[in-house]
Amino acid sequence: MNSYSYVHITRRALVLLAICTALLLHGCSAPEDQRRAAFILIDISGDYASELQQARVLSNYLLANLNSGDSLAIAFIDNSSFTERNVIARATFDHRPSVASQQKRHFQTQVEGFLRKFKVPSHHSDITGGVLLASDYLQEMDAGRKYLFILSDLREDLPPWLDRDLPVKLDSVQVVAVNVKRQRQDNNSPRDYQNRLALWQARVEDNGGQWQLVNDMARLERAWQ
Amino acid sequence: MLTEIFHIWSDSPALSLAIWLVISITLLYAGRPHGHQLLRSTGRAIYTSLRLVATSIRQLEHRVQERNRDVLLAMGRDAAEKSIEREFQRINTLVDRDLSQYPSLHRKLADTLQKIQDDYHQASGDVLLPPAWSEVMDTISALPTSGDPAVVKVLENIQDAVESSHQQSFKAYQKSANERHKILHAMQPEWRTLNSTMDKVEALLGGLDERTKVIDRHMADYESLRKAEDKAVNALTASSLTQFFIASLVLVIAVFGGIINFHLIALPMSEMVGGASYIGSVRTSDVAALVIIMVEITMGLFLLEALQITRLFPVIGSLDDTMRKRMAIAAFTILVIFASIEASLAYMRDLLALDREALAQSLAGATVAQAQFRWIPSVGQLVLGFILPFALAFVGIPLESFVHSLRTVLGLLLLVVLRTVRLSVRALGGLAHHLSTMLISLYDLLIMIPLSIERAVKWYRKTSVQKIPGDKGDADAAIEEHTGLSADPGTGPGTDVATAHTNRRKTRRSRSSTDDSELDELPLNVSVGKA
Repeated sequence: MNSYSYVHITRRALVLLAICTALLLHGCSAPEDQRRAAFILIDISGDYASELQQARVLSNYLLANLNSGDSLAIAFIDNSSFTERNVIARATFDHRPSVASQQKRHFQTQVEGFLRKFKVPSHHSDITGGVLLASDYLQEMDAGRKYLFILSDLREDLPPWLDRDLPVKLDSVQVVAVNVKRQRQDNNSPRDYQNRLALWQARVEDNGGQWQLVNDMARLERAWQ
Repeated sequence: MLTEIFHIWSDSPALSLAIWLVISITLLYAGRPHGHQLLRSTGRAIYTSLRLVATSIRQLEHRVQERNRDVLLAMGRDAAEKSIEREFQRINTLVDRDLSQYPSLHRKLADTLQKIQDDYHQASGDVLLPPAWSEVMDTISALPTSGDPAVVKVLENIQDAVESSHQQSFKAYQKSANERHKILHAMQPEWRTLNSTMDKVEALLGGLDERTKVIDRHMADYESLRKAEDKAVNALTASSLTQFFIASLVLVIAVFGGIINFHLIALPMSEMVGGASYIGSVRTSDVAALVIIMVEITMGLFLLEALQITRLFPVIGSLDDTMRKRMAIAAFTILVIFASIEASLAYMRDLLALDREALAQSLAGATVAQAQFRWIPSVGQLVLGFILPFALAFVGIPLESFVHSLRTVLGLLLLVVLRTVRLSVRALGGLAHHLSTMLISLYDLLIMIPLSIERAVKWYRKTSVQKIPGDKGDADAAIEEHTGLSADPGTGPGTDVATAHTNRRKTRRSRSSTDDSELDELPLNVSVGKA
């Protein structure tokens, strides 16, 4: 092979290298953040405490579907929900699948422990405080996709000393109201139930979030996708 | 707007339509020669242009065909040269292996022959001839015994002496014959040795003869290729297509093997490079698994190149033998290392899957079941992880066939495309030609009323001229009848157009002066048949 051929091949190789580099840079230029962060709020007020088993189902479902790099936290809503003591468990799963599996087991144990120890329901339900707590957590995680699951009847009953009249940052957060239980008063006046849902939807959407209602746990997959 | 224009003549739609029709027909009749000319020239222009395009495509098609032929012949020559070279190498091996022993074989043969010759000489020495003694004995026995007793006694003594000598000679003869038989018996293994040696030589020469015939056949093919015969080109084309399909099939199988390999190591790779990082929208662990598979395939290619099984990289082929051997060892070593890594990853995948399954069961609230014979898939994945890289390493062989045959297949595909385009262009040209003819007829159909009036007027003039012979109109009618041309060129709707028609009609064969002559059209001076 003469020198001309070598030069020719070298040029071709350089052109190919340049194209590959350009494609690689293009692929790396705007990587989509694939991480997910989810926050579960469980209402333990008197009217909703009987539905706590749904929290186990939901947390197990999320644990099974979250992967390495994803984050999950679970907290309860009581008289005053915007505190660290409300957080039952939180975890950001390790990049190694084997370690992530261990973390999931630990998370599951913490949730099971809480459900086992729970006995006294709260008198009030500070849902806004819980949402604020979740919002802070989700903003802190800065994941590509953020989910907030609320297991509650969405009937907020704030103690008189709490001030919750403030905006909640829910930018790009998918808020999923799960198992919104109809209370006795709702049976008397269904309009109250509908108004409550509409109020929360408007509140979420006004704060930049997306609203979704899943009353059937079997349809959780659609919300998650 | 259009409605206003439509009703410009009258508010009655029917009346407006009638007026517009009259105006349109009049205008179309007045512009009939120009309209015909426009349609005809447009059709001809499109037809000629498309025909030109078709001719260009045909030339390109010829060039591609020639190029394909050259490529095929070059590949065929290369393959034939390699085959002949390989046959010569086989003959060389045969000669080195078998004919190198020929001197010792020859020596053995010569020794055997010498020994047989010696034995033969020993067996053919001077011996007593018993038949002569028997004649003497018969003569003595036949002598008369009734004569002188002294003579008789002498004769008896002689007879006894002769008999004694005969007995001794006979014994000596028997002894000699026995010795000769022994010698001849001892020659038998020598003959057998000689026979087996000659069989060996025959087998050797037979093998060489077969190789020579194979070389003759290859040389005949090579000669055919050098002469660029169509038969050889057709055979090479068929061979290339067969190679292409076989190589494609094997490559598809290899791709499936690669996919299985990928799934075998993608999950455990996330333990090494992390399962949460992404390159673009693809997991880094997936990319790493793909890279490992690609590196394995590359090492396989290098190994096959270094062993000169494939010839995809001329640089490797031109290396000296020592360097190639080292390269082959290096490639094989790397391949073994990667295969070991893959085997361990495959085993790890099984462990991770087991752990994940247990977690899923735990999350679902079910008790974790202990599966029996769980070690079988574990060992299976371990072995598969070790074997698959070596299987993928052989992908270089079908890849080489695919690359080589792809040139031929692409050339054939290009030919098919060019031929299709050419035929389409030609059909389009023909369609444009016929469309122009059809539009001319349609044009005349629209103005059929004035054309009918014109025909009637002409017919009237013709009949009136025939009734008044010797009139000036007779001459004009005669001219019109024979040439289809008006005697007074200035009487037409346009003198220039009429002159142009006259010139054109002069070049035409005379035709009958029927009314159909008004619908005449210029024949296209192009051939539609062969391009």
